[in-house]
Amino acid sequence: MGVMTGTQVGADKEVATQAINRELQDKGFLLTSTEDIINWARTGSLHWMTFGLACCAVEMMHTSMPRYDAERYGIAPRASPRQSDLMIVAGTLTNKMAPALRKVYDQMPEPRYVLSMGSCANGGGYYHYSYSVVRGCDRIVPVDVYVPGCPPTAEALLYGLMTLQKKIRRTGTLVR
Amino acid sequence: MTEALKELGALIEAKRPDCVLGYSIAFDELTVDVAPANIKGFVEFLKTDQNCKFSSLVDITGIDFPERGKRFDIIYHFLSMYQNHRIRLRVSVREDEMVPSIVDVHPSANWFEREVFDMFGVLFSGHPDLRRILTDYGFRGYPLRKDFPTTGYTEVRYDEELKRVVYEPVSLVQEYRQFDFMSPWEGAKYVLPGDEKQEEAK
Repeated sequence: MGVMTGTQVGADKEVATQAINRELQDKGFLLTSTEDIINWARTGSLHWMTFGLACCAVEMMHTSMPRYDAERYGIAPRASPRQSDLMIVAGTLTNKMAPALRKVYDQMPEPRYVLSMGSCANGGGYYHYSYSVVRGCDRIVPVDVYVPGCPPTAEALLYGLMTLQKKIRRTGTLVR
Repeated sequence: MTEALKELGALIEAKRPDCVLGYSIAFDELTVDVAPANIKGFVEFLKTDQNCKFSSLVDITGIDFPERGKRFDIIYHFLSMYQNHRIRLRVSVREDEMVPSIVDVHPSANWFEREVFDMFGVLFSGHPDLRRILTDYGFRGYPLRKDFPTTGYTEVRYDEELKRVVYEPVSLVQEYRQFDFMSPWEGAKYVLPGDEKQEEAK
């Protein structure tokens, strides 16, 4: 949103793009490893399962709406667990809902990732001592990224999603 | 407003002396104590009487007083959109006593009564489908009773070997912390930080 000032961090993307362009014009193809191209595809098409449990779901919706526009990273909501790669546990997970959440998770194809969003999903939060709430959704499904907040802002969730992309890029292999 | 409520209370008491045990007005709200056995007929009277016409059932809830013989208060809220009046009915029952269901008069009472049954364990006689509505399948105990522990008795976890969600007795990693401060709603005597400046500011 703002203009980047000061020293550039990391590799100069402009130089890299021009180098790729030159190579393409010269030879007409690019060389890369299968692992790199698979990770590129995975990080660039994270489809999340639309599964809102509480108020966090509203912030999750904001993330996919034009202002934050998660789709520019290829991250978009999907209606069916069988077509999604990522589950965002957005809200309070109750005891009654826990078997249903696990069932939905089991229906997702590999590779699948879970992002725990908000205090309630992270560790029970406000309802930690309640008789009806699961004390953290990691008791039910394995979690990759935790986003703190009550609820986390859309920016925070977007940052969490980008952290997940980074994680996939770093650890991504064919077999997970 | 209070005058109108006084009139209404007196009128109701005069018309149905068998049902009304007493009435009071507090904070511009009318509360009528009703005998458990007569609640259904009384609600029907409130709905049909031309001076009342309490056609909307707003809520049914309960309060637990463990130290009392008649342990539970069942509270009914009604709204009359014809007369612009609200009324609260209070029925006191023992733990083993049943309350007549008002589903026949107000069909919307169905789920309210199920909720009261779920949370307090109060039975409603004549209810068409009295089962739990909010708590987990196979849940035991009544959460809104004062003797029910906040954390309950069971917690859930996914078991990798059994490949399903299992129920286990509660084991808290951190002890439950009770912050036993005096409630500001019960006439706290302490001065809140910053409030001592109130006099100087004037």
